[in-house]
Amino acid sequence: MVNKMNIVPEITRKSITHLINNEERVDGRAMDEYREISLETGVISKAEGSARVKIGNTQIMVGTKPQIGEPFPDTPDVGVLMTNSELLPMASPSFEPGPPDERSVELSRVADRCIRESQMVDLEKLCIIPGKKVWMVFIDLHILDYDGNLMDAAVLGAVAALKNTMIPEVKVVDNEIIIDHENMKPLPIREEVVMCTFAKIGEQLVIDPSLDEEEILSARLSIGITASDKICAMQKGGDSPLTKEEIMNAVKITESKSKELMKYLEC
Amino acid sequence: MIFVNDKDLVVPGEILAEEDFHPGRGTFKEENKICSSVVGLVAIRNKKISVIPLQSKYIPKRGDVVIGEINDIRFSMWGLDINSPYSGLLPASEVFGKEKRELEKVFKVGDVLFLRVIDVDEVKKVKLGLKGRGLGKFRGGILIYITPTKVPRLIGKKGSMINMIKDKTHCDIVVGQNGVVWVKGQTDMERIAEKVIKMIQNQAHTSGLTDRVREMLAELTGEEIEESKEISEDLGETEELEGETDENNNDQSSDEKEEESSVEEDENLPQEIIESKLNFNLKR
Repeated sequence: MVNKMNIVPEITRKSITHLINNEERVDGRAMDEYREISLETGVISKAEGSARVKIGNTQIMVGTKPQIGEPFPDTPDVGVLMTNSELLPMASPSFEPGPPDERSVELSRVADRCIRESQMVDLEKLCIIPGKKVWMVFIDLHILDYDGNLMDAAVLGAVAALKNTMIPEVKVVDNEIIIDHENMKPLPIREEVVMCTFAKIGEQLVIDPSLDEEEILSARLSIGITASDKICAMQKGGDSPLTKEEIMNAVKITESKSKELMKYLEC
Repeated sequence: MIFVNDKDLVVPGEILAEEDFHPGRGTFKEENKICSSVVGLVAIRNKKISVIPLQSKYIPKRGDVVIGEINDIRFSMWGLDINSPYSGLLPASEVFGKEKRELEKVFKVGDVLFLRVIDVDEVKKVKLGLKGRGLGKFRGGILIYITPTKVPRLIGKKGSMINMIKDKTHCDIVVGQNGVVWVKGQTDMERIAEKVIKMIQNQAHTSGLTDRVREMLAELTGEEIEESKEISEDLGETEELEGETDENNNDQSSDEKEEESSVEEDENLPQEIIESKLNFNLKR
């Protein structure tokens, strides 16, 4: 997520690295401390499910849209899940309008992988007529304000929006689908998933990097973890490698921090 | 006829006065009514009404001293980000004179410099220079970004505010007119200075700021609060606000009188900065 075009003054880079090597951070947080998180659901009345998540000044609006459509030929009896992200130009001077760039594609793919591989949504239950009609759930991530760590915010928002999503009951009569808008039910959800992102700056790993930290990180690691502590997704970014110990350490912190994030999803 | 008081908060389009008054900066006149064109605080001086915006972008002006970061190296010049919609240019001749040398060996991309605006042309091409006392490259320290309207407030009357922060935190501080502030000292003191500067930015439009800054500094540095003549401080503040009006000039629609006054104030401000720079230079 580092924008190579953005030049960070050398002295800023040094001062942040120096602080972090002394186990301090610019905003006074601990190494494994998140910024303030807030999560609202059901904020868009036109969408079947929605959420707005804020981590510090990073803000993402998520909407879900279930539709009935044809399944993919290789998976005829499971529903379809699609994630899309939009980096709105108003969120940051480095975001431009136009086709999605690398960062946008990475974000939606990582969020998608996290949700898909955790098998949080029981896609098999979304099948209506095998091979013909299934529910397709579209997740749209709109980045409203960018202050670092989009991934954790995106996953948190997407999971909250999916939990908030209601779909109408459908019946199949003589191969025809009857949609019963009177009876709405939630999506079949198994267990939640959250993501924790770490940045390696200097010799230290910090959780939830802010924009300043993200711009100077040497390596980034995002770990997706389910409520039952199963790791379901990982994404590595940045130029430097990570050692095995650093990854194991990150996983350990993720296991304890994920409980904190799960609390926001409870209500 | 006037509808607002001095230091009132106004929004664009709000009617400030009718007849009898002259429109100043941040206002426009329509059918004898003077209206605000920005969100800011009213400043009434004699019969002139102006509005000091709460937030602004830096518009380069000749003679200003600014802090810029190098973001581009071209054939015979450096390109700089000066925290402004317009980017700055530092020609190689400003640094080497007639000598020819490799630009990369002197300043690299990511270096932070203290510069003077030599010239701004009609298409806002900003020519920068390094000739002058204290101008040059920064080593170490941190950068803090504030909105340029608050710069005079941060410096205070005759540098009172900035000197107070320097005394209490034992940091070197350099303020650029473009809202970039460089602070160097002990790491924890740098953080305290940053907190105080951010606080000044957020509360610059309120009165009694100097006292609150003093309290905050005392609290953060763990020193005793000094009792000093509060009356003079209060007076200082009103004048600072006026200074702000002039400081913040963007070369639009200025009649001759206005220009005169702004020149006067402008000479004051960079001096403050140069003074602050002197210490910094000596230490360097």
